[in-house]
This record gives sequence, C-alpha cells and structure tokens, in this order.
Amino acid sequence: MGKRLAGIFWSLLFLAVPVLGVATFAIAPAYDYWLPKDVSEHGASIDSLFYFILALTGVVFVVTEVLLFWFMWKYDAAKQKGEATYIQGSHTLEVVWTIIPAATLLFLAIYQMNAWADVKMRRPAMSPTVEVVGRQFEWRLRYPGRDGTLGTADDLFLVNDLHLPIDEDVLVQLKSMDVLHSFFLPNVRIKQDAVPGMKIPVWFKAREAGEFDIVCAELCGWGHYKMKGRVTFEPRAAFDAWLERKYAEQGATQPPPEAADVAAAE
Amino acid sequence: MTPPPVTATPAVEHGTVVGHAHGHAPKAGLSHFLSTYVFSKDHKVIGLQFLFSTLLWFLIGGLLALAVRWQVAWPWSDVPVIGKLFAQEGGQMSPEFYTMLFTMHASVMIFLVIIPILAGAFGNFLIPLMIGADDMAFPTLNMLSYWFMWPAFFFFGASFFVEGGAASGGWTSYPTLSTNPASSPASGMGQTMWLLGLTMVGVSSMLGSVNYMTTIILMRAPGMTMFRLPMTIWAMFITAILQAFALPVLTAAGFMQLSDRMLGTGFFSPEGNVVNNAIAGAGGGQPLLWQHLFWFYSHPAVYIMILPAMGMVSDILTVFARKPLFGYRPMVYSIAGIAGLGFIVWGHHMFMSGMNPALGITFMVSTMMIALPSAVKTFNWLGTLWGGKIQFTTSMLFALSFVSMFIIGGLSGIFMAATPVDIFIHDTYFIVAHFHYVLFAGTAMGVWAAIYFWFPKMFGRTMNEFWGKVHFFLTFIFLNGTFFTMHILGAVGFPRRLADAYHYETFHHLQPMNAFMTYCAIGMVATQVIFAANFIYSMFWGPLAGRNPWNANTLEWTAPSPPGHGNFDYQPIVHRGPYEYSVPGVEKDHLMQTDPPNAAAAAAAAAH
Repeated sequence: MGKRLAGIFWSLLFLAVPVLGVATFAIAPAYDYWLPKDVSEHGASIDSLFYFILALTGVVFVVTEVLLFWFMWKYDAAKQKGEATYIQGSHTLEVVWTIIPAATLLFLAIYQMNAWADVKMRRPAMSPTVEVVGRQFEWRLRYPGRDGTLGTADDLFLVNDLHLPIDEDVLVQLKSMDVLHSFFLPNVRIKQDAVPGMKIPVWFKAREAGEFDIVCAELCGWGHYKMKGRVTFEPRAAFDAWLERKYAEQGATQPPPEAADVAAAE
Repeated sequence: MTPPPVTATPAVEHGTVVGHAHGHAPKAGLSHFLSTYVFSKDHKVIGLQFLFSTLLWFLIGGLLALAVRWQVAWPWSDVPVIGKLFAQEGGQMSPEFYTMLFTMHASVMIFLVIIPILAGAFGNFLIPLMIGADDMAFPTLNMLSYWFMWPAFFFFGASFFVEGGAASGGWTSYPTLSTNPASSPASGMGQTMWLLGLTMVGVSSMLGSVNYMTTIILMRAPGMTMFRLPMTIWAMFITAILQAFALPVLTAAGFMQLSDRMLGTGFFSPEGNVVNNAIAGAGGGQPLLWQHLFWFYSHPAVYIMILPAMGMVSDILTVFARKPLFGYRPMVYSIAGIAGLGFIVWGHHMFMSGMNPALGITFMVSTMMIALPSAVKTFNWLGTLWGGKIQFTTSMLFALSFVSMFIIGGLSGIFMAATPVDIFIHDTYFIVAHFHYVLFAGTAMGVWAAIYFWFPKMFGRTMNEFWGKVHFFLTFIFLNGTFFTMHILGAVGFPRRLADAYHYETFHHLQPMNAFMTYCAIGMVATQVIFAANFIYSMFWGPLAGRNPWNANTLEWTAPSPPGHGNFDYQPIVHRGPYEYSVPGVEKDHLMQTDPPNAAAAAAAAAH
C-alpha cells in the first residue's frame, strides 16, 4: 500500500508540471508580465508567430507531459501483477513520429521566412534617417541635418535622446565605436547588434506616438546595465520642429565645424 | 590491444580493493599511495577523480549563481555573509563584480563541471566496464587527461585574485570586449588566464576523446557488436567524435585571441577600433570571426553536454521500467543525427550579430531540423515507459524528470530557432530559461540519476533512498520555481547580464518575480547539502550493494562492486543486446548480456 501511495504521489508531482506550466503562462499577462506594447508595423507578424509557436509547443508540451504522467500512474510496479510488456519498438510508430514533426518543423521554417525578410532583408531605398553609434556606455546619435546627408557640416549630434517620425519608414545606420552593443527597442520588436567596423542598416515604421526604452542587449562591459536611451516617436511636424530646436541649441553652444574638418574626420 | 585470453577462472579475487595490481602483493609506502590514488592509470580511479573534482566545482559554480541571483533580485543591496569579502562600500556588489560573477558562473559550470563530469567522470568509469574491457586503450593518456584539468582549475580559480579580477567578458568572450584590455578592468590578466584555462580543458578533452573512440572501437568484449552496445556507450562514442572534430577550432581561436591580446595582432579587431580612448591596435580583423569560430565548437559542445546524459537516462529508464528500450536503432540514429546536424547550426547563436540575414535563413532551417531527432528520442522514452513495470527509485525519478524537463527545454528552443521571434527574445531571459532547462534540469538531473544508479558500482554501497527522494523532490520543485519563471521574464524582453534592469520603464515591475526566483535558487543550492551528506555517508556506511543491486543487464553489473584493477574476475562474453528485460518464457525478468544462450533456452523449456 505504501508503495502504491508513493507511485500516486510521484505521478501527481509530474502532472503538476503541465498544470502549473500552463497556469503560469495563462496568469502572467494579467499581471503585465508579458510582451510589452508594440507600436511598430512589423511587430504584429513577430507577435503572431510567437503566439503560433506558443500554441503549437503548448499542445505538444501538454500531450507529452500528460502521457508521461499517465504511464507513471498506470504502469507503477506496485499496481502491476504480471510482467512488463516485452516490446522492442514499432517501425510504424517511428515513421509516424518522424514524419509528422519533420513536416511541422519544415512548415514552421518556411512559414516564418517572410517575416524575417521584411525586418532584416528588404531594406527600403532611402538614405539614413539617423546614425546610431554605440559607445561604452551611451548611444551617440547623428542626424543628417538640413541637407539630408550624413557627414556634412550641418550634422546634428545628440546622446541617448532619439526622436523619430511615425507613420513613415525610418532607416537607422548602426555602428559601434568600441565593443559590441545591441540596439534593442522592445516596443518596436527590433534588435540588432552594433559591431565595430560594420555599418548595419536597421529599418522600421512606428505607428504610434510615445516615449520608449532603448536597451543595450549585448554585453559591453561593466556599465552594460546603464547603457540606456530613450526613443520618442512623434508626428512628422513635431519631429521636424524638434530637429529645428535641437539644431538651434547646437549652433548656440558651439561654432559650426568647418566642412573641411568634418571631411577629414570621416 | 589484443583482447585478453578467455579464461574461465577468476583472474582476481572478488572484492579486491581498487588499484591493486594483477598478481602483485600490495606495495606499502608513499609511492604506492601516489600511484594508486593520485597518479593512477586505472580508469575507475580517474573517473572518480573527475567526479570529486567536478562536484566540488559544481558547488563553487552554484554559489557564484546565487551571488548573481542576489544582485538580480535586490540590486545594490548588501550581500549577506560573504559581502564583506569583496566589499567596496558596506557589502554592496559593484557592477564589475557582477559581470565577473555571471561570466565565471557559466565558465565554471560548462568547462569545469558539465563537460568533465559527463565525459571525464562517467565516460571514464563506465566505458571499459560496459564494453567488457579491463581498462582504457591508453591508460597514460587517460591519467594525463585528468591532470591537464588541474592547470585549468588553477587558471580559473587563481584568476579571481589577480588585478582586475577574473574574466568579465561573458563565457562567450566576444571581442573586442575580450581582446582590448582598455575595454574592461578584467580584460587584462583575468581574461588571459581564462583563455589559458580554456586551452587546458581542451587538451584534457582531446586526450579523453581519442581514448574513448579507440577503446570503444577496439576493446569490446567477445560478442559485443556495435549494435549490442548500451545507449550510454553509443552516446559517449558519438560525443567523443564531436569533441575530436570541433575542439581544434576552439583551440585555434583561443590562440588567436591570446595573440590579439599579447602579440598585437588584429584577428578580431577592425581598423581604427578605439576603446575607452586608448590607442587603436593593429586592426584589419573582424569581431564576427571569433563568433563563428567560437560557436563552431560551442554549439557541438551543447550536444557534448547533453548526449551522454541522454544515453545514461535511456539505460536507467529501461532498468526501472523492466522493459527493452523502445526503438534502439532509431535512438542510435537520432544521436548520430543530432551530432551530424550539430555541426551546421552554429549560426543560430548569431541571428542578431550582423551576419548576412540570408545566412540566417539557412541556419534557421537546419536548426528547425535538429529538433527532429530530439523529438524522436522523447517519443521513444515515452514508448519505453509504456507497458512497463515502473519502480520509483531515486535514480528513476531523476531519469523521469530528465525526460519531463527535456521536453520543456527542447520545445522552448523552437522559439529562438524562429528567426523573427528571436529578434525579440534574443539575449533575454527566455534563452536563459531554455539552456538552464537543457543543462540543469536536463543534464544535471541526468547526472544525479547516474550517480544514484552507479554509486553501488563505484563504492560497493547504495545511497540512502529516503534522503535521495527528499533531495529529488526539493530539487525538482526549486528548479522549476527558479527556471520556469524565466520564460515569463523573457516574454517581457528582460535582458540577461544586466546588473540592474529596473531603471528601464519596460522592466521596472519585474522585481517581485526575480525575488521569488532567487528564493527558489537559494532553496535549490541548500538542498544539495542533503545530497552531499547522503553521498559522503553512503560511501563509508551505506548498505553493501552486491554485484547487481538493480537486476540490470549490462556488463558492469557482472563485475564485483567495486571492481578491482582489471575490472572483471572472468572474461565477459556477450550473447545479446543490453535490454532483454521481461523476456516472455524466461523465469527471471532480466537476461544479462553474459547469460549463456543455453541457459535462456533451458529456462524457456522449463517454463513450458
């Protein structure tokens, strides 16, 4: 009897895994422990893929964990009178449980390619809206200024305070001065490492105004945790006005560099 | 290399103490002690040396993890007890110190615990015993493979005390943080020692792997065909092949990084790279090159860190389900499939790295496909339990939890493999959850299953079952409390490796869950006191086990417990595969690999 009780106890412990596992995921969103708000155009395709995989793996998780519980419960030695079943395998079953997951995984692989290509491969034909340069432990920003070209005398320099227009494509040219960083905008579903020696294009379209975090997501040294920036999305008119204001501030505090100096610095 | 002659008479008396040489009277004195217990060439002693060393480092790695958890849950608060040892102000942890902690936690756990405990401890102890050999093919290399770990222990251990502290560039040691001493206080001596330690671990692994391959190919007992090998041996064999092919790349990359740091080369630094206003180095290199080389080893290493556990768990499940392994050959092929595909998936660590996104698609497809053999293995484990007669021993509970937890770790991997989803969850706690489910909830639980299972063979005594189950229960509860919640943090995008993330608007509300996880982590480490006490007590005072306490089939259970030098008191001859449990018409419910076929036939005839 004691042995049978032990079997029941251990089986139920293993049943707790799928029960509590599903419960954790079900409760978490209610406490805001969930995907942060998404304000980007492409983010919906990432989030829906996340939910799709969550549903798919959730089903497999529950089915396999419940089977494990059920076998522990049913085939407990304390309950069995006869011998265990002498069976060495099943060719049919092996074929079935190879082909079905293979087809599912292959479908998943092909299904997501488009979303990936949208975010990382189909770069809009435009010149950079802003250059973002990672440096221990800050985000250095450079706007092209009135002439729309980076690397000219009227460039606007800022730190950590990124502003971008909404409802239009923006192209960020991402660089690093020193070590690896990663440009992570949780609310825009964007992440891209900044690599010394590389210029990496990052593009997206925000659909909603607001102020959000810029997080460094690649270890960049002891101050990694504080490499924080803010991004403000605003309508085009407000964005242009902000640019003008910042440009005036920059002109007031420092003489505009000679064009020749800037060219030499490039 | 030729197999020893087949003799019917015992070559060694039963119960011979480990290390006594064939036919020689025990020699007294220090030199005998040294050659028997310290510089031993006996695979069992070497296996136990690996086991004791790695368990000690497991403790250190666990304590490092607790310190990491403390900072994540309560940033900048005074660290209790040990805070004064490294106190800067009061007992508060500095961000440099925190960065070093997680770097060394991962480095210690991966290079000084998981890899050597699987291949070094269990590979050494089990391979000759399970294939019916008297020792390894190259006993001296084997001894050296253990003693090359000591320089690694020294470099990793001593690096905590050098100026700037131990390595702080993450266990992945990405340039240019790791190559440029100006980039971080610990990127000086600490990082150099880390690289030297890594190289020594590599030498040790390489010495082990050539030995394992040779031994398994050439020294199997008569009748032990490849397809009569237990899954443990198949897993060790394929792991050894993985090691041998992947490791040279890491060693070369390590030397390149050393040379960048010490000789002024620029393999991994681009032109004009200025760190912290220091003078730029030679340049002309590429930080991504290191990532490619590093992951070309370190992704196969992920399988080096799980395949042996899979093999051992497969064997333990059959013993305590009293059933043949379901789908033996598919199990072998899926291990081989994992190993083969394991060489072409490394790029999935680099989806966000700046590598060509088209290449990302290729790696995404191969990564999706590597989930397949893992799925096949899981289904076969479930098939093994189906229709069994399950005995809930401590070892079996750990093996069952391996299956249960591996399902979670396997499925969560699919999220990262999906490149668009990876954009959001890359370098967040989702990946931390994933690899802890594979490596702790998977491998470490598998290792405990193996320790409880083979302890009688190692020491001739069994561990206490009651306290073993208490150990299992608490570890199981606390590990899920610690690691399952990490998935939820990952869904918020909570980044790993941040000393304090709560000043971000997105993450400021996550502290209570992190505190809960830290309480669970403290419980998990504290629980191991039960294990340590049980282990040490049972070594000396546990009940005597006899040769075959679990009624298992494989060859190690025909040898005395513990086996003497030379392992077997008679030459084992193998007549069948390792999983003949509950064969119909046979009186006892297991047929050992050495049971003569006529005995089986006679038993069958008698039953009629």
